[in-house]
Amino acid sequence: MAEAILKCIDLNKDFGGIAATEHVDLELLPNEIHAVIGPNGAGKTTLISQLAGDLMPDSGQVLFEGRDITRMSSHKRSFLGLARSFQITSVFLEMSVRDNVALAAQAHQGHSFKFWKPTHNDESLTKPAMAILEKVGLAERKDLAASAMSHGERRQLEIAMALATKPKVLLLDEPMAGMGGEESAAMITTLKALKGENSMLLIEHDMDAVFALADRITVLVYGRVIATGSPSAIRNNKDVKHAYLGDT
Amino acid sequence: MDFSLFLIQFLNGLQLGVLLFLVASGLTLVFGIMDFINLAHGSLYMVGAFFCATFTFLTGSFLLAVLMAVPLAALVGYLVEIIVVRRLYHRDHLDHVLATFGLILCFDTTVQLIWGPAGVSIPLPDWLEGRVELLPGVVFPTFRLLIIGTGLTIAGMLYYVVNHTRLGMLIRAGASNRTMVSALGINIQSLFTLVFAMGAAMAGLAGMMVTPITEASIGMGNEIIILTFVVIIIGGIGSIKGAFVAAILVGLIDTLGRSYLDDLFKVFMSAQNAETSAPAISAMLIYILMASILAVRPQGLFPPKIR
Amino acid sequence: MVETRMNTLKNMTLTQGVVLALLCLFAVAPVLTEALDQSFFLSLATRVVILSIAAVSLNLILGYGGMVSFGHAAFIGIGAYAVGIPAYYEVYNGFYQIAIAIGVAALFALITGAISLRTKGVYFIMITMAFGQMAFYALVSIEEYGGDDGLVIETRSEFPNLLSIENNVVLYYVCFVFLLATIYLVHRIINSRFGMVVRGCKSNERRMQAVGYNTYLYKLTCYVIAGAICGFSGALLGNFTSFISPEMMDWTRSGELMFMIILGGTGSLFGPFIGTIFYLMIEEVLSDITIYWQLIFGALLILLVLFAPGGISGLLKKWEAK
Repeated sequence: MAEAILKCIDLNKDFGGIAATEHVDLELLPNEIHAVIGPNGAGKTTLISQLAGDLMPDSGQVLFEGRDITRMSSHKRSFLGLARSFQITSVFLEMSVRDNVALAAQAHQGHSFKFWKPTHNDESLTKPAMAILEKVGLAERKDLAASAMSHGERRQLEIAMALATKPKVLLLDEPMAGMGGEESAAMITTLKALKGENSMLLIEHDMDAVFALADRITVLVYGRVIATGSPSAIRNNKDVKHAYLGDT
Repeated sequence: MDFSLFLIQFLNGLQLGVLLFLVASGLTLVFGIMDFINLAHGSLYMVGAFFCATFTFLTGSFLLAVLMAVPLAALVGYLVEIIVVRRLYHRDHLDHVLATFGLILCFDTTVQLIWGPAGVSIPLPDWLEGRVELLPGVVFPTFRLLIIGTGLTIAGMLYYVVNHTRLGMLIRAGASNRTMVSALGINIQSLFTLVFAMGAAMAGLAGMMVTPITEASIGMGNEIIILTFVVIIIGGIGSIKGAFVAAILVGLIDTLGRSYLDDLFKVFMSAQNAETSAPAISAMLIYILMASILAVRPQGLFPPKIR
Repeated sequence: MVETRMNTLKNMTLTQGVVLALLCLFAVAPVLTEALDQSFFLSLATRVVILSIAAVSLNLILGYGGMVSFGHAAFIGIGAYAVGIPAYYEVYNGFYQIAIAIGVAALFALITGAISLRTKGVYFIMITMAFGQMAFYALVSIEEYGGDDGLVIETRSEFPNLLSIENNVVLYYVCFVFLLATIYLVHRIINSRFGMVVRGCKSNERRMQAVGYNTYLYKLTCYVIAGAICGFSGALLGNFTSFISPEMMDWTRSGELMFMIILGGTGSLFGPFIGTIFYLMIEEVLSDITIYWQLIFGALLILLVLFAPGGISGLLKKWEAK
């Protein structure tokens, strides 16, 4: 069995008496799509925040390629190869689509203490930005202000920005949040296409998407992992059915 | 070291601290509950002082003047809230700062219009003029003791209200979860107005108590607001307990610092150097304190928990 | 050739037209002053230009960087005293004075910024205000340099073998040139890689960190740059007014600076210039009408915040759209 590219061991996080994350063990294998599902309030976003470095766990470890990154700040994790998309769209609304991605790409092109040359027509930024926009199908919207995009397009932009940093691991927090049927289908296609090059940890509520994409699924309830396994194993798991999918 | 002088300065520091607490508690409550920065809070302090001064001249009694002026200060707070402040709750902090800065200009000029540019001083009533001998050889003005007493009493009352009454529960709940409180059917807007007016009354009272010692002047609001900000930053914005601890701390350090820093400096530098540098450093002392605390705890000493 | 020029004029937006007109007006201010024989024009214009430089520097961190600093006037004071204190010791060399102005301002910005930028939101606003006031009180308590009463300088900065700014018109043009240079500098900065990072921090700091930016470092650098520019404007101001006092650093002056950039419209290159012009003009006009002009001013600010948050630039853009 391949060594996990990202894993957390016995992760715990407490918020004023409420255990948001309790003894969570999770492994993300290389090139897999691993979905994390669970009812609302299960602590999924809290978990991703600890993996991404926005939140520090109370105890436990987060390991990336075997290296302990538990206390590492989020911007440093980006350089190791971790990228994240947010549940509530976090793009640069006043900037154009292309500038959004270019700014993300810029982060990994050395330091930005460069005060003179304009970025607008800098090919070393615009070329990679356009390449990524092609991948997510937003190339034609390049000059549109992000604030003028539809919700679904903005979610695509979220993914694009995560990709701009050439990550090894993508942590996606409900990429399909608020999307209708057509938009979701487009997103599923985009994510499927990324599978070869990236390992993905995916939080999602949309069950069709989860079962279409995931190689493995972990189920989180009230901060605890109650099951991990292949989609069919999860579908048939009694505890999961009871806690989440509902007894049929 | 002269112990009696130290005790007197200690009490002076306590007095300053208690006054700062009265002003700071309103400011920190308003921020904690309504997420609103009110730069003009110092103006409410100033307005209280001027009202009190006028009423003292009209009635001849300082005490009566205070009793009349406090509700009036609350009224001013109420008016400010309904006319300007409530329109800004949903805006960002920069807008709060700018609008209340505008309010300061309006208040300063209106006060000048009504009372003229010079300050107004009022004499202390005879029965408060005296001194009390606390310990053999240690004499402290009665009035300042009264200020400390009043301040601590109000701090105690505030503690009681916030922690043991229904109103206090609403205040604490409103601080952490506005939507929940409205969902309970409580009129959140009335709660806000009440808190704002309460804060204005306390700030006004502080202004009134300081007037016999110094005077009611137009610059007093702008001076106190900075100290108040330092207090609530150190204490943790939104926390009454923090405001109390920080206010006493700031009051003591500022007062004792100004008195004793040059002596302290003389221990390790020449008398001349000590005398030139001490005033400047003691003026900066509370800011250095603030910076040191923030370096370690950027949210202040007792930041309220946010859900 | 002429046709292209005409087309350029036609295609100019209302905002650009207004800015160009104002620039032309200011370029010939000394001439107008002579022609109309109103010496206070030049005086007012010089004040506008100098404070515009300060306002442009504040706009860099506030309008573009989202850092609401309420202690920016401290840098003006630092710059002014960097001229005043050497002059007190009869050192009039302008190069030294300006180096001190920029150096000390940058250092102050570095130290206070390093602490302040560890905080966010309200805390940041209040802390910058407190630090600004700290500088004010520090200077008030130094009796040697006048304390509360301030310092008067008899001789302006000297730039041996270069030029003399004793002449008010020369001083004016020096300031005007530096205003243009500052605006150009800010223009290059905000469109550079560094500038985009700073703007990204204003737009969505969490996202910036997620993609790998150490946002604290970039914001601090921006803060120091803005402080240095503002310190320079203070040196100019000290030369212009010849009377240097801690009042220049009071937090209410920081508030006025903010008022100027809000009036003009933040986040735009010429907004601070427009705002400063209107602010000082309105101040002039109103203070002639009544000594209670600040009451109207304060009310105006409140109305501005409530009903026209985009400032004058915002209004111009609205009219353009029509």
